[in-house]
Amino acid sequence: MVLASRIIAQTAMKNGWQVRTSEIHGMAQRGGAVTSHVRIGKNLFGALIPNGAADILLGFELAETVRGLEKLKAGGKIIANSAKVVPVSVTMGKTKYPDQEILQYLKKQPYDLTLVDAHSLALKAGHYKAVNMVLLGVLAAQKLPFAGDGLLSTALELLPAKLHEVNVKAFYLGKQTGEGYYGHSAAIS
Amino acid sequence: MKQLLMGNEAIARGAVEAGIDVATAYPGTPSSEVFMALAKMAPEHGFYAEYSANEKVALEVAAGAAYAGARSIVSMKQVGLNVAADPLMSLAYIGVKGGLVLVVADDPGPHSSQTEQDTRKFGQFAKLPVFNPGTPQEAKDMTLAAFETSEKLGLPVILRPTTRTCHVCQDVEVGEVRKSKKVIRFEKDPKWVIMPKLSYLKHQELNVKYLKAAEMFETSPFNESLIRGNQGIITTGVSYNYVMEALEILGENLSVLKIGTYPIPEKMVTNFLKQMDTVLVVEEQEPVLEDEVIKLAWKNNLRVDISGKHNNDVPREGELDTDKVMAIIRKFLGLPEETVSPVSPPELPLRPPTLCAGCPHRASFYVFKKAVRKMDAIFTGDIGCYTLGNAPPLEALDTCLCMGAGVTQAQGLKRVEPERKLVAFIGDSTFFHTGIPGLINAVYNQTDITVVILDNRTTAMTGFQPHPGLPQTAMGTKEEAIDLEVLVKACGVRNVYKADPYDLEQAQKIAARALEDNGPSVVIMKRECVHLVRPSIRYEVETDKCNNCGVCYKTFGCPALFKEDDGVKIMDDCNGCSVCSQICPSGAIKPVRHS
Repeated sequence: MVLASRIIAQTAMKNGWQVRTSEIHGMAQRGGAVTSHVRIGKNLFGALIPNGAADILLGFELAETVRGLEKLKAGGKIIANSAKVVPVSVTMGKTKYPDQEILQYLKKQPYDLTLVDAHSLALKAGHYKAVNMVLLGVLAAQKLPFAGDGLLSTALELLPAKLHEVNVKAFYLGKQTGEGYYGHSAAIS
Repeated sequence: MKQLLMGNEAIARGAVEAGIDVATAYPGTPSSEVFMALAKMAPEHGFYAEYSANEKVALEVAAGAAYAGARSIVSMKQVGLNVAADPLMSLAYIGVKGGLVLVVADDPGPHSSQTEQDTRKFGQFAKLPVFNPGTPQEAKDMTLAAFETSEKLGLPVILRPTTRTCHVCQDVEVGEVRKSKKVIRFEKDPKWVIMPKLSYLKHQELNVKYLKAAEMFETSPFNESLIRGNQGIITTGVSYNYVMEALEILGENLSVLKIGTYPIPEKMVTNFLKQMDTVLVVEEQEPVLEDEVIKLAWKNNLRVDISGKHNNDVPREGELDTDKVMAIIRKFLGLPEETVSPVSPPELPLRPPTLCAGCPHRASFYVFKKAVRKMDAIFTGDIGCYTLGNAPPLEALDTCLCMGAGVTQAQGLKRVEPERKLVAFIGDSTFFHTGIPGLINAVYNQTDITVVILDNRTTAMTGFQPHPGLPQTAMGTKEEAIDLEVLVKACGVRNVYKADPYDLEQAQKIAARALEDNGPSVVIMKRECVHLVRPSIRYEVETDKCNNCGVCYKTFGCPALFKEDDGVKIMDDCNGCSVCSQICPSGAIKPVRHS
C-alpha cells in the first residue's frame, strides 16, 4: 500500500503536480490497520487529508474501506477490494467480521462505489500480492489529473524486472474491470 | 530539479548536499529511513556510514569524527536519545569542530513508540539548537542550515522531525551535492578533555552560545510572520500545515507566526505579540513554544491573551490534524461547533498488530509457554517485533519497558520472587544494543534467569537493518559476524543452548532443559525473519481430517489461519513454516506448493 501511494504520487509529480503522501511504518504495519494519504494539487500544506475532503478512497480490504470512509467527500468515489483479511481478533472470537453488513452498508452510502474482487484477479494475474496493482488498474480507468496508464509505467520503474509480468497483467485486469470491460462478472455490484 | 522524497530521505539528501563525511545510526521508527537512504548513497558520494550497536555508540562515533573537523550526521528515534543522553549532555559543553547534526525523530500519537516525549525539551535541557521541520522540503533545507549553524556555533545541532514529516512524501526541490573539501585532522588540545574546572568554563560558553543561537535565528528563513489583524496563531512544525489548512477551510484570515527554530527568535516573537490582542499557540506534544511565548509576554509586560495547552484548548497528548485544529480554532474564535451528521457503520473488527504469518518466534513463544505450563513463570519482554509476543492469543509477554530491560528486569523480579521462573525475551539486534551488559550482570550476580535470544538475523521492525551478528555492514559485506553463542559464553554463561523454533519438538526439549538450570541460562532461538526468505511451499487444511479443535487458530494464532463456517482455512500469505502442521493433533495440515 505504501508502494501504491508512492506510485500515484510519483505519476502525478511527473505530470507537474505538487504532491504529498503520508505513510505508516513500524509496529502499526505488523498486521495492523494501515492508511496512506495521497494529495495532488497546487499550494499544498500538510499530507494528512482532513475528514470529508478526499475525492477517491482506494480500499485494499473490505472492513478497512469502511474505516477510511470519514476521509471521503460526499459523492466521492470508492474503489474497494471485496476480499477480506480476517484479523486475529476475529479468529479468536473476540470480535466479529460482519462482512454482509459491511457490504450492505457500503452500498447504501451516497458514494460512487466500485467493488472488485481484487484478490481473485491478482491470483489470475499470477500472485496474490498483486492486489495493489489490480486496484491501481481500476483507478487508472477513472478520471484522473493525468493519464491512467502513467501509473503502470511508474510502477514498472519502481519494481524489479522479475515482477513486471505479473504486475502488468494485474494492472490491466484491474483497468478492464474499472472500464466495465468485464461487466458485472468480475466486478461485484 | 524535483524528486519525490520521503521526509527521511530528504534529510539524507540534505546531508549529502552538505558534504558529510560520516553517518551513523541505530534504527528506530520513525527515524530509520534517514540512515537507510544515507547507506545507499555512501559509496557514490564517498562518505563513511555505519549502523552502530546503539545510539550512544552512534553519537560518540559521530562526535569523534566531528572533533577532527569532519561533518557528521547521526540519526535515532526519540527514545534512542535517552540512550545517547550521556554523551549528548557532555558534548554540548565540549562542542564540535566539524558540523554535527543529530536527527531525532519524535513520534506524536504515538504510532510505534513507548513514549511521546518531546525532543525540543531535550534540546532545552542540553542547551542545544533545535530545527523543527514541518515538511520534507523543509527537512532537507533545515539539514543544510543545521550544519551551517553547528559549525558557526561549534555546537551539535538537533534536527527534530516528527512522524508526519518523516513518513510524508513530497516533491522536493533538490540542490547540488557539495564535495567535502575540508582539512580533516584532530588537533590535540586540552579543550577536548572534560575536567570539572573546564566544565564550569564550558558551561558559561554554552550559555553564551545558546543566546547567540536565538539571535542568529531572528533572520532565519524558517521563522515567518504573517500579520493579518490582531488575532493570531503561533505554531511550529507539522502543526503549521494544519493551521494554514484549517484557516483556509474556515475562510479565516488570522495572523500566523511560524517558528521553525529553537531557541526561539525573541525579538520576532515579541514583535508579533505586540501586535496581537489574543494569541493561540498550536503545537503537538509539550507546550515548549507556548511556555516561551508566555515568558516573553511576561518579560515585556504585554497584555495579550494567550491560549493553548495551559488552558486545555490544545490537547497535551496524541497528534494533531487539520480536523482537530479546526475545532480548536473554532473555539478560539467563538465560532459555533460544527454539527456532524451521524453515520453509524456496522461495528468493525479490531485489527491490532500481530507477529507475521510464519514468524519463527511465534513458535519460540509458543514453545516456552508450553514449557512453563505447570510452573509459576513471568516472561519479561523487550523492544522490537517481539513486543508483539504480548498480543493475543499468545499473550506471552508480561513486561516491556525499553531496549535491554527485559534481561535486567527479570533479575529484579527474581530477587524478590525467587520461587518463580523468570524468562527474558530479547531480539538479536536488541541484544547487541543493550542486552549484553544486562546478561553480564546476571552472570556476575549469579541470578537464576533464562534469557531467550530470538535471533531472526535482522532488525525487522524498523526495516531489516543489519547488526553486529551478521556478516554484513551498512556499506557492503564483510567476512566475520559476531557469533551469538560465542559471545554469550564469553559473557560467562555456562548453560547455553541453541534451537530452531521451526523444529517444535527439539525446541520444546531445549526450553524445558534450560528452565531446569540453576543460575543464568541462555537459549538462542535461531531462524531467519520470514521477510528474508522466499517460501516455496505453503500449507493447507484437509477438511475431512480437521475436527475444528482450534489449537492452530485459538492457541497458536498465526494470522494466515482462520476459521470460517465450513472449517479452518489457510490463506495465501502462509509462508510454509510448518509449525501449525506440527501442532495439529489430528494431522490435518499438509504442505502444498506455493501458487
